[in-house]
Amino acid sequence: MDIKEIQTIDHDVLVVGAGGAGIRAAIECAQLGMNTGMISKSLLGKAHTVMAEGGAAAAMGNVDKRDNWKIHFRDTMRGGKFLNQWRMAQLHAQQAPDRVRELEEWGAVFDRTPDGLINQRNFGGHRYPRLAHVGDRTGLEIIRTLQDFCIHKGIATHMECTGLDLLLDDGRVAGMAAYWRETGRFVIFRTKAVIFATGGGGKAWQVTSNSWEYTGDGLGMAYRAGAELMDMEFTQFHPTGMIWPPSVKGALVTEGVRGEGGILLNNKGERFMFKYIPEKFAAETADTVEEAARWGRGDQNARRPPELLTRDVVARAIKKEVEEGRGSPHGGVFLDIASQRPADFIKRKLPSMYHQFIELAEVDITKEPMEVGPTLHYFMGGIRVDCDTQATSVPGLFACGECSGGMHGANRLGGNSLSDLLVFGRLAGIGASDYVKKVAQGKIDESQAKAIVRRATAFLNKEEGLNPFVVQEDLQKVMQQFVGLIRSGEELKKALAEIQRVKKDIEDVKAHASPQFNPGWNAAIDLNNLIVTAEAVATAALAREESRGGHTRIDFPGEREEGVTYNVILKKGPDGGMQLRKEPRKAPAKELADIAYAKIEDLEGKKADG
Amino acid sequence: MAERTFRVWRGDKTGGKFVEYKINVEKGMVVLDVIHRIQAEKSSDLACRWNCKAGKCGSCAMEINGKPKLGCMTRMNTFKEDEVVTIQPVKTFPVIKDLVTDVSWNYEQNKRIAPFKPGPRGKDGNHRMYQRDVERVQEFRKCIECFLCQNVCHVLRDHNKKDKFVGPRFMIRLASLEMHPLDTGDRIEKIKNEYGSGYCNITKCCTEVCPEHIHITDNAIIPLKERVVDRFFDPLAIILHKIFGNKKT
Repeated sequence: MDIKEIQTIDHDVLVVGAGGAGIRAAIECAQLGMNTGMISKSLLGKAHTVMAEGGAAAAMGNVDKRDNWKIHFRDTMRGGKFLNQWRMAQLHAQQAPDRVRELEEWGAVFDRTPDGLINQRNFGGHRYPRLAHVGDRTGLEIIRTLQDFCIHKGIATHMECTGLDLLLDDGRVAGMAAYWRETGRFVIFRTKAVIFATGGGGKAWQVTSNSWEYTGDGLGMAYRAGAELMDMEFTQFHPTGMIWPPSVKGALVTEGVRGEGGILLNNKGERFMFKYIPEKFAAETADTVEEAARWGRGDQNARRPPELLTRDVVARAIKKEVEEGRGSPHGGVFLDIASQRPADFIKRKLPSMYHQFIELAEVDITKEPMEVGPTLHYFMGGIRVDCDTQATSVPGLFACGECSGGMHGANRLGGNSLSDLLVFGRLAGIGASDYVKKVAQGKIDESQAKAIVRRATAFLNKEEGLNPFVVQEDLQKVMQQFVGLIRSGEELKKALAEIQRVKKDIEDVKAHASPQFNPGWNAAIDLNNLIVTAEAVATAALAREESRGGHTRIDFPGEREEGVTYNVILKKGPDGGMQLRKEPRKAPAKELADIAYAKIEDLEGKKADG
Repeated sequence: MAERTFRVWRGDKTGGKFVEYKINVEKGMVVLDVIHRIQAEKSSDLACRWNCKAGKCGSCAMEINGKPKLGCMTRMNTFKEDEVVTIQPVKTFPVIKDLVTDVSWNYEQNKRIAPFKPGPRGKDGNHRMYQRDVERVQEFRKCIECFLCQNVCHVLRDHNKKDKFVGPRFMIRLASLEMHPLDTGDRIEKIKNEYGSGYCNITKCCTEVCPEHIHITDNAIIPLKERVVDRFFDPLAIILHKIFGNKKT
């Protein structure tokens, strides 16, 4: 193939992914005068952001005036088991309120408080009602607002266009090779900078809330280009996914159900979360049903119910109840809001949950409890970035949103993802634009482009081979079985051996028919990234010999003191193998450490002063 | 588990035909699950859009036994046990391949609509809106852009007047802007002259197929038509217009 026959499109910055982080980054680039392009595997407005239900966390103090950025920061660090990048958690907590108000300026219509301000709801791990929301469809509101705003900003939106790999000139970004899903034709984007906003890699598991798109594309492409991945062992299993019927297993049930008063019960009718309150959170958690009920009625002196502990804690508790024989008929537990709130309240606050259960499970959540269990939901880890600019270690490559790592440490608080993508999407846009102003366009290396195209077409140009969907399912089974919510060294070693086997199988995958809108071929290409993602998670999980946040080792229970002193960093080695190092963490700035370890009373009621 | 028969339209813009597949259906399955099973077991190149699989993204619009629906929200137990299920692409937009159609026209319409233009913030830096005032706008903002309403709109489907009428989806987008408590824009003239509000003859087909149960006709299109009438057909307004010129009424 002659490289000159491939379509070439020029941009200053190419944003890869059009979820919340990608669109927010593209808007910033365009507003800073960049010639900005954005590619997405799906149509605009369909990315996983639409699935986010609960809300965007921002310490605006609209509902409880005691809230401020310091308490949000403290909650985030505690939720992340102090493994977050301190500076990222700080920037996030400080800037989230402005980002939410900015959305309102762009047309978002959040639910209101009685005095007309943006309403905020309670959520797991957040000390105060902090999540700006629209019923239980906040993600849809946010992506549609960004979408409707961005189409007037001169951004070239290339829909149904999938990235293959970065093109490098002497180690820095010169562009990206991609293909149009509609035609199967290739395209080269010649750009000075690329921003990855590609989301996570939940599709490596069988039970996940993630759609077909979440194949770790940014992780795989960044890794192959020489960027570092960090904290990959921390995968969030959302405690409440649907478990019945089988066809919807894994679909998300928003934490908003618990935020609005829902409780968790085992098959004995016992509110079991009272048994699982970690010592660290005991002082701030209700220890009786009576106190939890008072909190539910709005008593500001009552402590929070244990259902609103962080996701890692709740997910492990559910697994334990099921394992010890106290599960629901289909292997989960009961999530009950029907007994706690009137029907019209439930329908008003949780309309899409009501709809989802009636339509898909024939369960009326205003009358009966839901059956729920853990589902792979989110990657805390990801591409390592500079905290202020979102620059990766590859010059010209930036990353934001779920595909980047560091903000959430070992466990993400619900609601911190929608605010993360707004804050760091914007910062990535600024970072990339500043970079673009300083550099000249790199040269496109034809041999690199040819090799990328050849690798993609190889799946089609075979006489026979393995079915891509069968190979994907094989990998999902491995990850589900050996790299699940509870892990062991022995199983992780098995997983790594199996991953090597699947890696070989991928070479033998055959996609049938022509490349035009061919889901089989698309899935085959995505396997290149899914396998890197799977290997990264299993490798990092084996190295971290402790249990912390979203990473639980049955052979190393509990947090170990040394665990907080390092981050696990992965990088492609000179021999092509995955190299791991434990990088010592730097001491935090004193003022941040003081806030994170402060008593809550010392932070309350002082409005943000930084 | 029972074996069921499906007829799925396969083809592209040059033409196509229905292909029969026999698929084992298990409890709780929806039509989109059947498509995935066909891809995994019989035909990996069967083209179909999907994302969330929970009725929230609006990607998997298709016509199932002639009815426009979301594949992910259509349960197999809503059909008779021996019923052959026919699946084809939405009719109003050009086929790309199999169940995937070119819906780019819709994205072009959105670009034509003048964006949200808020008034100034209050002295405390906040915009104030009250829940009772935002609820009708929030109804429109539930739209997941599945374009099923565009697909069944007679003006677009039967008369192909895509150059005259933006369709129900964008009438609710316009209503969400015009009724937004903070918006200061005025799109009424364009609603009449450019977006074609007069073409809708209120058959409510769009409302019937909306998976989000938005009252498209009653709550969005009719009120917009009324605003157009007030501006352009109210005798008093016309006289005032003649005397005072093109002022906002």
